[in-house]
Amino acid sequence: MQQILFFFIRNKNFLLFIFLFAISFFFTVQSHSYHNNKFMTSANFFSGGIYNIKSGITDYFGLQDQNELLLKENRRLRQLLGSRIASDSSAIDSLPADGPFAFASARVINNYYARTKNHITIDKGRNDGLEIDMGVISSQGVVGIISSVSANYATVQSILNTESQINAKLEKSGHFGTVVWEGTNPSEVTLIDIPRIAPVAEGDIVVTGGRSTIFPEGILVGTVSAYELAQGESYYDLTVTLFNDMTNIDHVYIIENRDLQEIRQLETTIEDAE
Amino acid sequence: MQNSDIISNIIRFIVVLLLQVLLLNHINFLGYINPYLYLLFILLYPFTGNKSLLIFLSFLLGFCVDVFADSGGVHAAASVFVAWLRPWLLKFSFGVSYEYNAVRVSKGSLSQQLTLITLFVLLHHLVLFSMEVFNVSHILLVLKSTLFNGLFSILVIQCVILIFSRNS
Repeated sequence: MQQILFFFIRNKNFLLFIFLFAISFFFTVQSHSYHNNKFMTSANFFSGGIYNIKSGITDYFGLQDQNELLLKENRRLRQLLGSRIASDSSAIDSLPADGPFAFASARVINNYYARTKNHITIDKGRNDGLEIDMGVISSQGVVGIISSVSANYATVQSILNTESQINAKLEKSGHFGTVVWEGTNPSEVTLIDIPRIAPVAEGDIVVTGGRSTIFPEGILVGTVSAYELAQGESYYDLTVTLFNDMTNIDHVYIIENRDLQEIRQLETTIEDAE
Repeated sequence: MQNSDIISNIIRFIVVLLLQVLLLNHINFLGYINPYLYLLFILLYPFTGNKSLLIFLSFLLGFCVDVFADSGGVHAAASVFVAWLRPWLLKFSFGVSYEYNAVRVSKGSLSQQLTLITLFVLLHHLVLFSMEVFNVSHILLVLKSTLFNGLFSILVIQCVILIFSRNS
């Protein structure tokens, strides 16, 4: 018994090290799986608050750029509205009030893009109606998917995260694929699983596919900058240059799918029936 | 440890943590290169201080950085690793009787300091990036990140030690 006690006392530093290292390792592994990183994210009260103070100070430096972006978007929306009114003024009232998707705005208070698994922290949370799995876009395209929420903050798993997989399609031909990130260049993602039969050209526009419940169809992703056949030669790997400058995002929109509950319910009843 | 030591260590802990998460994590020189200055806390911890306490504090520091950076436990693991190895690294760079000869890192010669910092930073970064990438097939990415981030970290840490060392 004494021997065992002596062993513990003699090696207490080593045992402490192994214990803490194991905890860290556990946290690391847990953070790699998408749905389990619910606690210990920067969406907590403490770090969220500090990031909020920081962004309150540093936001002033980018005001001009962000204002120009917002102006540009306003102009685009105004044009859309104008053309709709001009072309078909009688049809406006007969359109459905709005689709299943609702939009909310938020600001980015912390943004990582230089690592392989990047997250973004935003300043809205559960109190503002945000939930896990809602899509996040900016005026120029897809940003990511909400991975955890606290009362007043949320973290977004960025499109620049090697775990992210977003359904997308070629705008012209409508062929579906999956957008993934290789982990190196923050302005480029890869669109995989596009069948060989699809006509592909450099400069083609890639948009979200609408097959997931997260993003509506037709949200911009990027343009094709290079392509090659993947191993096995039946699918293309397309290098896509993002419309978004992921290193400089400030205002984002959160997409809520109002029909999500209904769709989920339907899908679970089918699974139960099987 | 004396009272003044305890207070200066607490202040150092908070300062390096805030500097790291608010400023240095966002430098992204050439796209991905950041200095990891928070190692300074583990380096400058008193030579004669309690080693178990250092291991625990390093874990806490790394964990705080992780919480801010949403990176799971990679910084905590790397920090605990170098904090545990610290006695051997000190012995290697400052000689066997380091506990009696030099009272603090900044009292050592420049070559001793540089050896210690280099060993610390490279070991820390190797663990950090292996855990972060977590993929054996990307070993080159790990080594590349370790090397370039390491050079930047070594430079910044050495500069800070030189600037803030008391000459008396």
